[in-house]
Amino acid sequence: MNQSLTSLADAKAHHEPIAFGHADPVPFVQALHSMVRIRRAEECIAENVATGVIKCPCHLAIGQEAAAVGVAMHLRSTDRAFGAHRSHAHFLAMGGSLDGLFAEVLGRDTGVSRGMGGSMHLAAKEVGFYGSVPIVGASIPIAVGAGLAAQMDKKGDVGVSFFGDGAAEEGSFHESMNLASVMNLPVLFVCENNMFASHLHISLRQPKNVVARYAVAHAMAHATVDGNDIVAVWSALKDAAAAWRAGTGGPFFLEAVTYRWLGHVGHRDDQDVGVARKDDLSDWKGRDPVRRLAESLATVGALSPKELAAMESAISDEVATAWAKALTQPFPDPSALLSRVWAK
Amino acid sequence: MTATVKTSYGVAIRDGFAHLLAKHPKAFVMGQGLWSPWYVGNSMTNLEIEFGKERVIDVPVSEVATTGAGIGAALSGYRPIVVHPRVDFMMLAVDQIVTQAAKWRSMFGGDMSVPLVIRGIINRGGEQGAQHSQSLQSWFAHIPGLHVLMPATPRDARDMLIAATLCDDPVLYMDDRWCYELEEELPPAEDVSINDIAPLRRRTGKDITLVGCGYTTKLNLEAAELLAAQGIEADVIDLRLLNPLKPALVHESAAKTGRMLVVDGDWRSCGLAAEIIAGVAERPELRAVVHCARITHPDAPAPTSKPLEQAFYFTAADIVREARTLCGR
Repeated sequence: MNQSLTSLADAKAHHEPIAFGHADPVPFVQALHSMVRIRRAEECIAENVATGVIKCPCHLAIGQEAAAVGVAMHLRSTDRAFGAHRSHAHFLAMGGSLDGLFAEVLGRDTGVSRGMGGSMHLAAKEVGFYGSVPIVGASIPIAVGAGLAAQMDKKGDVGVSFFGDGAAEEGSFHESMNLASVMNLPVLFVCENNMFASHLHISLRQPKNVVARYAVAHAMAHATVDGNDIVAVWSALKDAAAAWRAGTGGPFFLEAVTYRWLGHVGHRDDQDVGVARKDDLSDWKGRDPVRRLAESLATVGALSPKELAAMESAISDEVATAWAKALTQPFPDPSALLSRVWAK
Repeated sequence: MTATVKTSYGVAIRDGFAHLLAKHPKAFVMGQGLWSPWYVGNSMTNLEIEFGKERVIDVPVSEVATTGAGIGAALSGYRPIVVHPRVDFMMLAVDQIVTQAAKWRSMFGGDMSVPLVIRGIINRGGEQGAQHSQSLQSWFAHIPGLHVLMPATPRDARDMLIAATLCDDPVLYMDDRWCYELEEELPPAEDVSINDIAPLRRRTGKDITLVGCGYTTKLNLEAAELLAAQGIEADVIDLRLLNPLKPALVHESAAKTGRMLVVDGDWRSCGLAAEIIAGVAERPELRAVVHCARITHPDAPAPTSKPLEQAFYFTAADIVREARTLCGR
């Protein structure tokens, strides 16, 4: 395999609109809606981190929306997906409640985790999102266990793990890949390779920048795609998803190469955990997954500029309303500290 | 009349597995060495033949992945039992046990159930040394959200495994290879609730309270017989469930005898014995009237050399000596 990301790692490349190829553009209108909604929601969170209204650590995925939404297009509510520290997008893409997310980052009792988790601990089991945790690589084996359960259930479901390139440096990643491979479990490993773990570039952390080389090592089917091209993300999973639904699918490794626009944590775009960032962010913004999809949909006549404007306006209203509502929500009663530790 | 049939602790564990696998279709077991008597003694013999290798799964050398997969399967409606044939190797999975399994319910608002059993086998002595001898129950009993069970008898070995598996929260079940030869006549296996597991008085006496769990309960009972021959009657309390602790019976016994010796097969500093004594010390009605002492391993890694092992592991005779001192004899 190619051991280098080549142009996928080049900030000045892949700025062009997305090619639909054989894909029907129509479902991608809804996908664009989901991506814009995620972005507006995270922009709202960033503003409130900046002003100090939100105190809990928020790791934002602005710029990475296509990977979450492109994967979620293949998932159903009986699948079981697990996220990491940067999982607002996964949660929303799978249908998690915006009201519940906002209340959660504010520590309110009506949050999706009843104010006990904050930004880093989101779950919406009713839509198949089973939980996100910030310990790097920790939820990967848990997703493998969901895949084991799916194999036992024989209903064609899949376990899904979302993680970043930094997780590939954890032992849990390799143990999980090996276990899923040797047991041929229906597990989707989604690596969003944004080339940074906190402030440290992948060139300083790994000898090669293609994380999918580990899929080769673990004898697993894999693809490395432009993670800011939602059609590429979606297309890469078509065959694997069909196999899972037929009950014949094993593990699949998807590497979506992308870039985060904000720092590792918080609202700033000029630094990662206090370390100044390189100044190529404006080039990377040229690979904006939202703009590229919107332009492509306009080109093929699936979404007019007027329709796009209406979509964006409605989403902005929805986000503003949800945020205002979240601010009115009650905090958990102090008794929640002890009453939620054990099963009733 | 048929002859009385006694079941050993090791076979009783197997009986627990057999009950679970036969009666509860969502229960399954995975871990390293499950198809080998070397790793799990007689506690799982031929389970994979009786119930299939899909439900009794021998796994790669991957403690983290195996334990994490147990959590994922538990979240997916199964009742997995993940077996670590030695506590020392289980340490590799501490993130999954402590930071994942034990946290998910509270961290996700109270309704996220992780009905996972982690079975950590305590296997020590025999010159196995520092990395084949740990039990670390105090560490794990420190963790909110993680039940810790230590069976001391064949009946408990079987029933606590069943209770652990039917519990809606993660449970660390720690059986001890030094108990495997204990024998007891057992009634048929039934479903057991962890809510019904609390400390038990294994022997009644008026002069001193001996507190232990797992293997140390066995030693305490041996010591109690030796003490009785010397005119000292010991109340022997078996803790059984270390987290959450239910200290009422310990306190009742200590109030009665006025002397409490806590025996714990682990290190001294910040350990279980200290916790039990602290529970007495902070109760005004007990602190002035109960004299306390503890026996633990010395604060050193387990040795290999035989004379050092003899210095490291206490015996019933050591308990007798300390108990006599506490009784002023």
